[in-house]
Amino acid sequence: MLEADNLECVRGERRLFAGLSFTLEGGELLYLQGRNGAGKTSLLRMLIGLLPPEAGEIRWQGEAIHRQADAFRAELCYLGHLNAIKEELTPLENLLASAHLAGESLSEDDALDALEQVGLAGREDLACKYLSQGQKRRVSLARLVKEQRALWVLDEPFVALDVAAVDWLAGLISAHLQRGGLAVMTTHQPVAIPAGTVRELRIG
Amino acid sequence: MFKIITSVIARDLKLAMRRQADIVSALFFFIIVVSLFPLGIGPEPDLLRKLAPGVLWVAALLATMLSLPRMFADDHRDGTLEQLALAPHPLGMVITGKVIAHWLVSGLPLAMIAPVLGIQFDLSSDALLVLTGAILLGTPALSGIGAIGAALTLGLRGGGVLLSLLVLPLYIPVLIFGAGAVDATVSGLGGEGHLSLLAAMTLAAIGFAPWASAAALKIALE
Repeated sequence: MLEADNLECVRGERRLFAGLSFTLEGGELLYLQGRNGAGKTSLLRMLIGLLPPEAGEIRWQGEAIHRQADAFRAELCYLGHLNAIKEELTPLENLLASAHLAGESLSEDDALDALEQVGLAGREDLACKYLSQGQKRRVSLARLVKEQRALWVLDEPFVALDVAAVDWLAGLISAHLQRGGLAVMTTHQPVAIPAGTVRELRIG
Repeated sequence: MFKIITSVIARDLKLAMRRQADIVSALFFFIIVVSLFPLGIGPEPDLLRKLAPGVLWVAALLATMLSLPRMFADDHRDGTLEQLALAPHPLGMVITGKVIAHWLVSGLPLAMIAPVLGIQFDLSSDALLVLTGAILLGTPALSGIGAIGAALTLGLRGGGVLLSLLVLPLYIPVLIFGAGAVDATVSGLGGEGHLSLLAAMTLAAIGFAPWASAAALKIALE
């Protein structure tokens, strides 16, 4: 269970939001909405513990996240608007490296399988700098295929994806929710997530 | 816990191998700067022997500086730094891995080539041995201290110059004892004391610098 209690966000001299609270249970998806600059990404960065809130507290399973840093991060999977892939490495190397750095053991067969699911079969051994924008996004999303962590925080996951990939990702997120996982995401294009409880939160 | 360090080292070394130009250019910078001195000063063996430790060490500091700005900047630009900060390990462990990887691609090649360059200064074989040992022992401290500077200047415009201004003064103790070890050997006093101090500085830098860098990176990531 993820709880946000009276969060306040100040960037520079501006207060983006204050008094923001919500509770998210297993199997629920939270859609963050708001115009550009409303503080959606700032809120996501607060939820993952990179940005300390000006006021308020975020709790995971009832305990403040800054008091259980390592344990909370072991249950968290974050995809930012940057792809977090290395241009010099191949998709396979990127996937294995990001899994190892996140402290997971991903076998090469599982990684190849994940890449095949995101439609990158045959491109496993091509350096990522030769891939298109959408393909790079797919490399980044391939991490989610074998991801068993409870909380997914996704910042604009559908950007640069084609229609088929959007459907595929929506299916992946619903499978995660059906397993009892939680997800928080921002998006400007409303995408129907077929399963789970979808809740909306408008900021600003 | 130590698996994360080896994973970071393996990844950074693989990246460095794909971008060999970076390693080679710092190494050639070191070779050329050091070689300019004997050419400029002329064939006076006594003078060259006196200058050698200082010249080699100053060139080593500058060559190390060349690769520092990119230590975290690339990871910051493509978002991998965020993922490293979100890994379920203390960020200091991750940075320990990055410091070791930085030393393997910057400090270690300098130590390997230093004895060859020392010959140009007519150093005795004893002095060459101590020079190599001193650079081997001292350069990890340079990578460690440099990591703090790189983390503090991450994301700043014109951060490269600021980084040199921050880091070079902190390199002075390493320079003094590194060059002093060779001087002491040349003058027959023995450089063991200097080498012990260099080793102590390296241990302190590898032990503490990653945690200071981690604190600075957390601010840069806010």
